[in-house]
Amino acid sequence: MASVAPLAAIAAQSGTAPDTRRGMRGAKRYRLNAFRYLIFCVFGLFFLVPLLAMARFSVEGTRPGQFSLSAWTQIPSYPGLLSAIEITLELALLTCAVILLLVVPTLIWIQLRVRWISRAVEFLCLLPLTIPAIVLVVGLAPIYNYIRHYNLSALQLFWVYGILALPYSSRALAAGLGAVDLKTLSEAARSLGASWLTVIWRIVVPNMWQALLNAMLLTTALVLGEFTVAVTLLYTNLQTALYYISRDTNNAGVLFSTSTGALVFAFMLLMILSYVGRRRRRRRG
Amino acid sequence: MTSPVTDAQAAPTRAGVRVRLDGLRRRYGAVTALDGVDLTIEPGELVALLGPSGCGKTTTLRLLAGLEDADEGRITVGGRDITRLPASKRDMGMVFQAYSLFPHMTVRENVAFGLRLRRAPRAGRDRRALEMLELVGLTQQADRYAHQISGGQQQRVALARALAIQPTVLLLDEPLSALDAKVRAQLRDQIRRIQLEVGITTLFVTHDQEEALAIADRVGVMKEGRIEQLGPPTEVYSRPATPFVAEFVGLTNRLAGEVRGGQVTVRGMTLPLVDQAVPDGPAIALVRPEAVTLASGVAGAGGALAGSVIGVTFLGATSRVSVDLGDTTVLAQLPTSEVGSLPPGGHVTLAIRPDPVLVAQDSQAVPEA
Repeated sequence: MASVAPLAAIAAQSGTAPDTRRGMRGAKRYRLNAFRYLIFCVFGLFFLVPLLAMARFSVEGTRPGQFSLSAWTQIPSYPGLLSAIEITLELALLTCAVILLLVVPTLIWIQLRVRWISRAVEFLCLLPLTIPAIVLVVGLAPIYNYIRHYNLSALQLFWVYGILALPYSSRALAAGLGAVDLKTLSEAARSLGASWLTVIWRIVVPNMWQALLNAMLLTTALVLGEFTVAVTLLYTNLQTALYYISRDTNNAGVLFSTSTGALVFAFMLLMILSYVGRRRRRRRG
Repeated sequence: MTSPVTDAQAAPTRAGVRVRLDGLRRRYGAVTALDGVDLTIEPGELVALLGPSGCGKTTTLRLLAGLEDADEGRITVGGRDITRLPASKRDMGMVFQAYSLFPHMTVRENVAFGLRLRRAPRAGRDRRALEMLELVGLTQQADRYAHQISGGQQQRVALARALAIQPTVLLLDEPLSALDAKVRAQLRDQIRRIQLEVGITTLFVTHDQEEALAIADRVGVMKEGRIEQLGPPTEVYSRPATPFVAEFVGLTNRLAGEVRGGQVTVRGMTLPLVDQAVPDGPAIALVRPEAVTLASGVAGAGGALAGSVIGVTFLGATSRVSVDLGDTTVLAQLPTSEVGSLPPGGHVTLAIRPDPVLVAQDSQAVPEA
């Protein structure tokens, strides 16, 4: 049989072959990176330009060329705005908690014990996507009218927000659960003496941090931007408060400062959540 | 592969306990997975359950582990009835077929996990984890994550993790099936060595007959939710209780013959029967390839025992020769040194060693593993 020269020997004989290949690979990588940065810049501009325009408008003074922070300093003076921000944040937290406490154990239970209903549950979770918010409100109005008798705050919206966030959060969580061999890991933990609660808390949750953060991120984004349900059910959250300000004030600067503030705030929150997820991933290598 | 284990390391687990399964039944809808399994594993013994897919071997192990509930029957470990006890309270170490290390923990944390659940002091559990890692020869990998070590190493860590909690019983659910042949043989020997040193009662489930025969004190061959035969590997191999066992454990030639007076006549040769009570009449004799010998050329006996070589499969020290007898093909397993004179197409004469054989009806076929 003819002997086959090892690849390294061939490379050594040909002298420049590996360098050429490395060079070609390097050029390809360079082009790919350049393309990535281009896309990043285009989309960055797409989102950033309107934000910068809003920010600039919010500091526009009474005369052209003059700048003033009065629109920003007036924000706290608007009745209800700070409490709306506070209630929206609380709503985001509460909705995230409800989603995590309800959906995570449910999905784990389905995956381990009753896989046959997973399709039906997936369908149910996706339903809110197909039902317009206004239709949902019509259905929920009698319940909220009843609740209103007890003078409960806008925090009650977390139920309906939980439903609205279900399609996004459940998909994110299902993807996270699908990425680990849940059955084997949970059985291994149980055989070592772990209770179900321990299995969820010490084994499942640490292995789906990214999915949990994604679900929280999507839920938070939804709650921060929700307007229809809150305004129709006559509750005040951040978006409705901004709407009332725009309706009641003739100072457009304030409207833009509050909108920019809200957007920057939401953006920062989402960045923090995303950063936490990345750091955990990097730490685990 | 690994350093020898000292006595101090070898004694971390309790002495073996007796495990009894009485009349275990388990159904999944219309399918009966276990149909009254009775099995007693003596203290410190390693029993391997062997059988084709769907025969109920893994179900038996899972019922013993508490990962599934039995519909009927009783499980006792060390005289204590644990039939309704949840898996987390059964105190059994288990190694799974799939890699089961917790990905977010280091090797050391994985091994110490069970001890952490038992609220062992940190220093104690760290020391114990290192002892267990030394037992499986992986102290160097203590601070690595599961994805940073090989499949064989992962299974060894899983074994260390299972032993760290000092379990009453060790359960091995096809732990070697995901590994390549060489690592598999090494780890198989290592599991057996550790099991003997630790003295833990062990149930090992596999569909690989070679693995089961090599590692176990006794082998249980399962078929359709029942144990067909339970005995030492040599007995299961050389004196199979049923045609199914004969055909599932090792290769078997099926040769048409005639039973008469407790003997079977196959192609002019008379062989004794394992079961003397077989009624007279036509039957299929099950003959092991190693009971067949070959001689070059056509001898005087010729006739029904003369054939031609179809092919030779090299297996290392032995080789398997396929011989065409005209109406059937016979396999013979011979020392490789003897097959040099048997070229494909060459004429040979068969002889069958007069060992007791089993006979089967045509319908007693063996499903694929």
